[in-house]
Amino acid sequence: MNAMLEFLQQNWWDLLAHFRQHVQLVLISTLFAVLIGVPTGILLTRKQSLRGPVLGIANIMQTIPSLALFGFLIPLPFIGGIGGRTAVIALVIYALLPIIRNTVTGILGIDPTVREAAVAMGMTDGQILRQVELPLAMGVILTGVRVAMVISVGVTTIAAAVGAGGLGVYIFRGLRNYDNRLLLAGAVPAALLALLADFLVGWIGKLLAPSARRTIKTGRRVLLAIVVVIVVLAGLWSVQSHSNSLGSEAVTVASKDFTESILLAEIISQLLENEGVGVVRQYELGGNLPHEGLVSGRADLYPEYTGTAFTAILRHTPLTDPRAVYQQVKREYKEKFSIEVGPPLGFENTFAILIRGPDARRLNLKTISQAVPHARQWRAGLGQDFMSRADGYPGFSKAYGLEFSEPPREMDLSLTYIALASGNVDLIAGNSTEGRIAALDLVQLADDRHYFPPYEAVYLVRQDTLRRVPALGNLITRLDNIISTEEMRKLNYEVDANKRSPAEVVRGWLQAKEL
Amino acid sequence: MTTPGNSPLVEFRDVTYTVPGVSAPIVSSLTFAVNQGEIIVLLGESGCGKTTTLKLVNALLLPSSGEVLVEGKSTSTWNPITLRRRTGYVIQDAGLFPHFTVAENVALVPSLERWDRAKTNERVNELLSLVGLDPHTFASRIPSQLSGGQKQRVGVARALAAEPPLLLLDEPFGALDPITRATLQREFGALAKRLGKTALFVTHDLREALLLGDRIGLMQFGRMLLLETPETFLESSDSYARSYLDTLAVTHVRAADERNA
Repeated sequence: MNAMLEFLQQNWWDLLAHFRQHVQLVLISTLFAVLIGVPTGILLTRKQSLRGPVLGIANIMQTIPSLALFGFLIPLPFIGGIGGRTAVIALVIYALLPIIRNTVTGILGIDPTVREAAVAMGMTDGQILRQVELPLAMGVILTGVRVAMVISVGVTTIAAAVGAGGLGVYIFRGLRNYDNRLLLAGAVPAALLALLADFLVGWIGKLLAPSARRTIKTGRRVLLAIVVVIVVLAGLWSVQSHSNSLGSEAVTVASKDFTESILLAEIISQLLENEGVGVVRQYELGGNLPHEGLVSGRADLYPEYTGTAFTAILRHTPLTDPRAVYQQVKREYKEKFSIEVGPPLGFENTFAILIRGPDARRLNLKTISQAVPHARQWRAGLGQDFMSRADGYPGFSKAYGLEFSEPPREMDLSLTYIALASGNVDLIAGNSTEGRIAALDLVQLADDRHYFPPYEAVYLVRQDTLRRVPALGNLITRLDNIISTEEMRKLNYEVDANKRSPAEVVRGWLQAKEL
Repeated sequence: MTTPGNSPLVEFRDVTYTVPGVSAPIVSSLTFAVNQGEIIVLLGESGCGKTTTLKLVNALLLPSSGEVLVEGKSTSTWNPITLRRRTGYVIQDAGLFPHFTVAENVALVPSLERWDRAKTNERVNELLSLVGLDPHTFASRIPSQLSGGQKQRVGVARALAAEPPLLLLDEPFGALDPITRATLQREFGALAKRLGKTALFVTHDLREALLLGDRIGLMQFGRMLLLETPETFLESSDSYARSYLDTLAVTHVRAADERNA
């Protein structure tokens, strides 16, 4: 509890900024969803033939898993990319269904004699809509908005994976670092926000309800007030995002969503800033997003591993010769993507097959082959990434003839170390540079059959960025072979175990290296 | 029918109305006229086409063949909005707007026609008094605070608001209890006579027809079987008309039985 308070004391300003970001994303997306959804719903009450298809499409869109939807949107021109815009589009897509459906239900649910009377009194279609249908359907429509907003608050936490910020940043960080304070700092405000949104829209609904006997004019005033608030917030946000995109001279540095990638990105970011080049940090992007961002030009550079580029992106079958892999990646990236591959940074982050130290010593295990006979009594815990990639579990288990007592459990990579140390599983596939390997007394088994391809860390940079920012090329050349595996483990440990910020760790390291 | 200087307000000329996919026409070869100041009651069972006939007058429906003339002009050439604002319309469940006050409901057409506020307020008060509702008590109420009979009174007031030359009433008192119904029938008859309104009134209640109609039109299967004054109607030898008249007799017999018991 004290730790939590201390954390809040130190981070409240940052927390507030993310909270505001979250609120803005939710409000803006809800505003757009209302602006699109309500007219669409009205149209569907007039065109019965469109009702089935449009509601069907909205339904299907809502069933797409949110992370997958973000993934689809990234490479799209104009609407896609990294950051707030993509997030808003995805959020609008999710918010549309409840709003459209409730608009249709609300209007069609009006007593038919009321509509008949309205027509017979000589009201035009527009007058019926404004004076009769919308006021009477308002309660149901607002219920739809309420549902849409609560959904948005939840989905927005996932938007952090595409660099849109918000409270999800804390949740992702917390999961990655196994830090409950971070998890709570993201999850609790998000839950409160959902409740608040639900309450506020419900309250507005009560104000506007016909039974509340507010005259139409009061209703209009309330509605106007809401619209003004939303527009102001939207304006704030656009000014902010505008200022973000102001520096056309700036270099956008992206990273993947784990500590090491963030550290490597921060190293080049700080070096660039020391040279007086503006930097936009787009860190902690999930899955394939850094690559997509780089290819589409929304990011200028990010740290990658040759093995990943070779198998996951270029889709070659794994090779074991580091030189050959590096050369082929360099050549194909230039040809296919106009992307330059920098020199290796000096360490490898390969898959490390890890077991507990006491087990290794008791059974005297040094290599994976030696462990195979024991594995039949073991349980394995593997990251999603390792389970799915070409050079991951299927090939690995075949190469060594590995069998476990039960199918491997698929879990978040950062949780596997704890799961291993606490005895919940007996073997994991971690990262060789993971800082907690030594701290948790884990032992890496040697890949004696040379199954895993080399994973040398390199920077990937767009060629046009190198032409635009000449200093960048020099910096990357200077970083050739500069970090050893032990050093990288230490840097990771500083962040993951000692909870220091990546920026601070990198600053210290750069000073020590006199860079 | 047409007499110079007193041309009919509404005239049906061989009007047939069919619905796609339904072989039998809803209304078939209808020819009749409603004269100025006259109340015609359309009598018949559910589904005989009497409501459709009403909707053909204010262009809620347009004839499949033939034409309906209102003030000498075909409903297909009238601007439907203009035509409807000149036609008062009262339906069974009143169809009041639940989010409007009584006053706002009554003022609907005047406000659509952009009357000034003072004139509208004056008119609303006048109409509420006319239909027997005290403006001070009822003007600011909302429909859910009214009884069924009060709602119908407001419905009638709303229909009369813009002083339309023609009233269309579709079983306006059909859902009311017998005592309230009888009161409203009596009051409406007196009111219509006093205001000299022309009206087309739909009902399935023979008593109501005899009480209110200057002429009674008996409809069956979309056709007008006969269109007579109440006196002639009572004497009619038509078998369908007789079966209606018999129900009246049965009602009287029952009533007499109950009194005797």
